[in-house]
Amino acid sequence: MTTKALRFYVPLLIFITLGVFLAAGLKLDPRHVPSPLVDKPVPNFSLPRLHQPNEVFTPDQMNGRVWLLNVWASWCVACRQEHEVIKRLAEIEQIVVIGLNYKDAAADAKRWLEQLGNPYELSAVDDAGQVGIDWGVYGVPETFIIDQYGIIRHKHIGPISTQDVETTILPLIKSLEQASS
Amino acid sequence: MSRIVGAVLCLFVVVCSGWANVEVLKFESAEQEQRYHSLIKELRCLVCQNQNLADSNADLARDLRNKTYQMIVAGSADREIVEYMVQRYGDFVLYRPPVKASTIFLWTGPFVILLVGLLIITRVIRNRHKQAAETLSQQQHEQAQRLLRGNFSE
Repeated sequence: MTTKALRFYVPLLIFITLGVFLAAGLKLDPRHVPSPLVDKPVPNFSLPRLHQPNEVFTPDQMNGRVWLLNVWASWCVACRQEHEVIKRLAEIEQIVVIGLNYKDAAADAKRWLEQLGNPYELSAVDDAGQVGIDWGVYGVPETFIIDQYGIIRHKHIGPISTQDVETTILPLIKSLEQASS
Repeated sequence: MSRIVGAVLCLFVVVCSGWANVEVLKFESAEQEQRYHSLIKELRCLVCQNQNLADSNADLARDLRNKTYQMIVAGSADREIVEYMVQRYGDFVLYRPPVKASTIFLWTGPFVILLVGLLIITRVIRNRHKQAAETLSQQQHEQAQRLLRGNFSE
């Protein structure tokens, strides 16, 4: 190849490579931070329940079942947005959803559930946000899918859309449930 | 009237931003305090992702600063505190990512590009030398001399 051709093709090649990288970068969501907890056992905790403050909830109570942990709060606007989807998962798809009421006031949380409906089998109260830190929560709402062995299989950050339900959440839960039977 | 309201609002904003993330903390030693400040500068806030824990006003950043403080006072080493954060939030919390298979290009990339640049520059300079070294024929020399003397006839 002559120097002239090189002079033409080398910058072109560099430009194309850079273009591809930048285009791929545009598609990435910077808010989506991969969780190191996926495929690891759930971080254990013991928290009081929202409606029965004298009883505690610990994740081992769920052993043998596939379940969702949905982190929510009454002050969280996006939680309101996904609430109908969570209700559908619980009521129509019959999926066990446990709530983690994150840094909320109990009275506000209860009122919120009364107004919008309560899809949760129960909600555990993480008043101080320490359990949230242990689970790597940084943007409420967040949802974890946990299998019957207590392993986190998936983490969804932000509100769940109907599309997320169809494309990721339901297929994954179905396959996990099949694995157990 | 609206000016006064504006001035009051401005003042309010200034005062509020002055309040931001100034927590009064008590350390056992100056060394602990220094470690605390360097750690919260190195750790990244996940909510407002282009800020470190020290600069961020986010609720989570405050909680994580508090956690860092508690761990320091409880006698944890810097390495343990960083590990605690990475276990929960991944390498993303570090402004200085560790050298790994997935980050190797990030670490070596600048040096590779520097090397390529040096290679190109040396080649260009060498070529230029070669061109300059090309000698003129006797006839060309004479022509040049003539032109320099200002003799443009012929």
